[in-house]
Amino acid sequence: MFGFGILSGLTFLPLIGAALIALVKEDDNGKNTIRWIALWTTLVTLALSFYAWSQFVPGVADFQFVEEKSWFGSGLSYKMGVDGISFPFVVLTAFLMPFCIAASWKSIDVRVKQYMIAFLVLETLMIGVFCALDLVLFYLFFEGGLIPMFIIIGVWGGKRRIYASFKFFLYTLAGSLLMLVAIMAMYAQTHSTDIVGLLTTKFDPSLQKWLWLAFFASFAVKMPMWPVHTWLPDAHVEAPTAGSVILAGILLKMGGYGFIRFSLPMFPDASAYFAPLVYALSVIAIVYTSLVALVQEDIKKLIAYSSVAHMGFVTMGLFAMNQQAVEGAVFQMVSHGIVSGALFLCVGVVYDRLHTREIAAYGGIVAKMPVYAAAFMVFTMANVGLPGTSGFVGEFLTLIGAFKANTFVALFATTGVILSAAYALYLYWRVVFGKLEKPTLQGLADLSMREFAILAPLVLLTIWYGIQPNQVLHACSGAVAQLIKNYDAALAVTRTAALSLY
Amino acid sequence: MYSAIVFLPLLGFLIAGLGGKKLGDRPSEIITTALLFVSCALSWITFVDVGLHDGHFSAPVLANWLTSGELKIDWSLRIDTLTSVMLIVVTTVSALVHLYSIGYMHEDSSRPRFFAYLSLFTFAMLMLVTSDNLAQMFFGWEGVGLASYLLIGFWYEKPSANAAAIKAFVVNRVGDFGFSLGMFLVFMLTGSIAFDTIFAAAPGLANKSVHAFGLDWNAMTLACLLLFMGAMGKSAQFLLHTWLPDAMEGPTPVSALIHAATMVTAGVFMVARLSPLFEQSATALTVVTLVGGITAFFAATVGLVQNDIKRVIAYSTCSQLGYMFVGLGVGGYALGIFHLFTHAFFKALLFLGAGSVIHALHHEQDMRRMGGLWSKIPVTFACMTIGTLALTGFPMTAGYFSKDAIIEGAFAAGGHSGVAMLAFVLLVVAAGMTSFYSWRLVFMTFFGERRWSEQYRLLHPEHDHGHDDHHHHVGEPHESPLTMMVPLFVLSIGALAAGYLFKGEFIGHAAGEFWRTSLFTGEHNHILHEMHEIPEWVGYAPFAMMVGGFVVALFMYVVAPKVPATLAGKFPALYKFLLNKWYFDELYDKIFVKPAFWLGRLFWKGGDGAIIDRLGPDGVAARVVDGAGFASRLQTGFIYNYAFAMLLGLAALITYGMFSLGGGQ
Repeated sequence: MFGFGILSGLTFLPLIGAALIALVKEDDNGKNTIRWIALWTTLVTLALSFYAWSQFVPGVADFQFVEEKSWFGSGLSYKMGVDGISFPFVVLTAFLMPFCIAASWKSIDVRVKQYMIAFLVLETLMIGVFCALDLVLFYLFFEGGLIPMFIIIGVWGGKRRIYASFKFFLYTLAGSLLMLVAIMAMYAQTHSTDIVGLLTTKFDPSLQKWLWLAFFASFAVKMPMWPVHTWLPDAHVEAPTAGSVILAGILLKMGGYGFIRFSLPMFPDASAYFAPLVYALSVIAIVYTSLVALVQEDIKKLIAYSSVAHMGFVTMGLFAMNQQAVEGAVFQMVSHGIVSGALFLCVGVVYDRLHTREIAAYGGIVAKMPVYAAAFMVFTMANVGLPGTSGFVGEFLTLIGAFKANTFVALFATTGVILSAAYALYLYWRVVFGKLEKPTLQGLADLSMREFAILAPLVLLTIWYGIQPNQVLHACSGAVAQLIKNYDAALAVTRTAALSLY
Repeated sequence: MYSAIVFLPLLGFLIAGLGGKKLGDRPSEIITTALLFVSCALSWITFVDVGLHDGHFSAPVLANWLTSGELKIDWSLRIDTLTSVMLIVVTTVSALVHLYSIGYMHEDSSRPRFFAYLSLFTFAMLMLVTSDNLAQMFFGWEGVGLASYLLIGFWYEKPSANAAAIKAFVVNRVGDFGFSLGMFLVFMLTGSIAFDTIFAAAPGLANKSVHAFGLDWNAMTLACLLLFMGAMGKSAQFLLHTWLPDAMEGPTPVSALIHAATMVTAGVFMVARLSPLFEQSATALTVVTLVGGITAFFAATVGLVQNDIKRVIAYSTCSQLGYMFVGLGVGGYALGIFHLFTHAFFKALLFLGAGSVIHALHHEQDMRRMGGLWSKIPVTFACMTIGTLALTGFPMTAGYFSKDAIIEGAFAAGGHSGVAMLAFVLLVVAAGMTSFYSWRLVFMTFFGERRWSEQYRLLHPEHDHGHDDHHHHVGEPHESPLTMMVPLFVLSIGALAAGYLFKGEFIGHAAGEFWRTSLFTGEHNHILHEMHEIPEWVGYAPFAMMVGGFVVALFMYVVAPKVPATLAGKFPALYKFLLNKWYFDELYDKIFVKPAFWLGRLFWKGGDGAIIDRLGPDGVAARVVDGAGFASRLQTGFIYNYAFAMLLGLAALITYGMFSLGGGQ
């Protein structure tokens, strides 16, 4: 297709939009032109991703849409491809972008041009992360994504944006430098950066541990796992609404994707070795951050902490390494991308009206905004993991899988269902219910057409995936089964080797 | 047809919920109520067809819900006798409550929302009782929890209603924590959570042990106990009961439907549905018996002294649920379900009757401000009396057959189990207390001196103007409209006749034919026969207690109305202990709620702030930000040049690194 593959098209289409925007002059007319170009770019990208989806064969383990071009000669290549694990995230990214553009329509009025360019560049980089089948290419996309995000928070963020963006940048950069070292070491070993080849490479178990730790440093920060999560609440609080949506919806998923693409298949022995550590951190994340969420006074911070807790289910599920747990983790990431994105959009709706995120500044807004309250209720319930919403499926599958792997982990993690109900409903009460007494709230208007158009599809999708999650589960089932099979085989080999030493 | 029963209420929810504003109040009410009546009619047809005639069992699959590896969960409708009993209970009470609410809620400004919630609840409850696997049951289970949360907090401006709603949801989640773990364990043991598969596997697991949570357990015992924890939450059993009295913050029709007749009995239904599992674990059944007995006793003691009319009935519900669990626990699953069935009628009747009283007094719920109402609202009085007779087990009423049967069953089981004997004693004592508090309620409300006329004006000045056109006289109690009275009549008939009409099928000679395979009893379980071979005095004991309770209540609240206050003065500690519900709320606040917030703050300020951030990024970031020139440059447009330079630099660095590494080897 057009001389290059559909994945390259998906990846670089947003760049074309960005280039077009760069040509427009930013005056009052231009601002709107810029917005429309950005929106259409993301919509076309979305349409293309849907087309790709229609061509995608679900349930098989192999990489699809693979394209490869040599780049800089030996070893390095431009290689793209997706399997059932990465493809849902490609679609998710393309899906969330139009919402981000639409959510920024009114709230961003300075440097619209740069803002939209930053977002489109970010989209390219994010899609690239999930499509890359070459380590270096992956690294470029993975780290490159930091920069536009850093800028979005630092330029269009709130009052403490500088602090937040630096915290974000330092944390993630520190992690990724270690990953760079690991990548170099892997290259030194194999003379290849081809991910498909590396997936079948057997690294020496002791080397695996070092490589695993280096990758872990990067992915754990991105996830984020306890105790390297503290950048996230600050970044969310200061980021503009659309920035938060992308942060929660996509950037966090890169950590989980990294585990499932690199750590687990390439370093199975180390993964098994470190699994207890991951379990412990996951459980702590679930319980600890849920408790912290309970006492938050800032809406966005509360949702940010709840994101950390939900990502705890993902890491727990991934390292439980059975079909339900890993599929559940993938689903949990997709679902969380939709739900937490939607929650941040909900916060954005009221923030645009009152310019405060203080929970105490709200109360009783259901009287003025009943439609908003209903949408917010759906997402709150999805966040709580109510069956019938997408939030349930991921939690349920990761827990049922984790129970098979380790009952204690499941026991403690399941307490998360109690705590999440407590903090989410407590938030909902303080913001939406109660008596509308504050004078600032008297003039609130319910959702505008634009806001309704943003939230309605997300409501439907949240419920649809709660009732019919198979679309995602089937897509990744083959790749997950393959992953688990290879993982178990690798462990068996190591075990036999260890036994033969005696 | 089965689909229609389940999905018509959902349709009603969608119509009233999404289109209520456009449709208007009255059309929303009529549509939801009409759909419910259709669903109810179909349920009765199903009951006659499945329960009374051919016992045809079916479980049509509607669609696959999710598939992951060997885990396969379907959306399906399991229709057997047990389900059909639940179907008629749920849809009948729900239809009547819909109808009743048209009258009861007529002053409310958001009626479409109310009716939407009621229908949503009904849908979720029907999904629960028709489930063919644990996950769909959990879907309904949490769905009714959501509806309950929304309806308890229906008057969202009241802080107490919000607090009660959250409490109900969170305490139920504590139970669901157990339910979930039980589900996970069942999956681990059998590789499935579909009923047919796990029921088939259960006998093989009877004496298997499983290693979980660091200990070795009997597999079936652990699974049943975990699942039972869910039942304890939903059915407000001892230790997890605290949410139910507070749930009375919701509108009274809600209390009748959700917190008396249907949702709270979900736990009972669950244990009965899972009888093939519970039959494999004598230990689990003993725990069920014990918890049920304690709850029946405990809740009755608290009910003795409450002054809020709805709270008395709420504690009564809690207590009666305890009876049901004792019935289940001694192996008499049919006993528990029979009491569930009859209880639904007379308890819904009592709640709706109380609603009629409250309506008559313009939302007065405190019985200390009632009294002497029988001549003002005689029909309500008559209905409440019928409900009370049925609840206390007056001969030939519904409660007489079902409650006494449980007591007899407990005694019969007591022959080979100390716990069952203890439960028997607790139930008999509770029967006396039940009679006392029920008649106390009737006497305080309908007899004695009027305590309402003046207070009414003082307490509710807002009612003196505005919407008083519908009322005969300001402050004068009046009988409720027909939409509210018809449900009372229907339920009265049920409260009188349901026991007599159905005892043969539920627990009598036709029981085997009636239940068929929907309830499982092991080969050594003969409780339904044993309970007929008990000494005669056991049969009279509950009757004697009932009369005793009636006489004492009559004495204290009609003959010598000074006695209660004197007694309370003489035993202040005991009185306060009961009035404050054994101090459970205070205790839980101290050991769970406060520490959770305290820990949250500690982790936030101490963990995240003082330790992680200070050791981690703050040191570095602060210094970087302090570099003033750098920071100010950041805020200008230079950021782009800087950032892209960085991207390029990084790329170059990596490429160089790779080349040099690659070239060097």
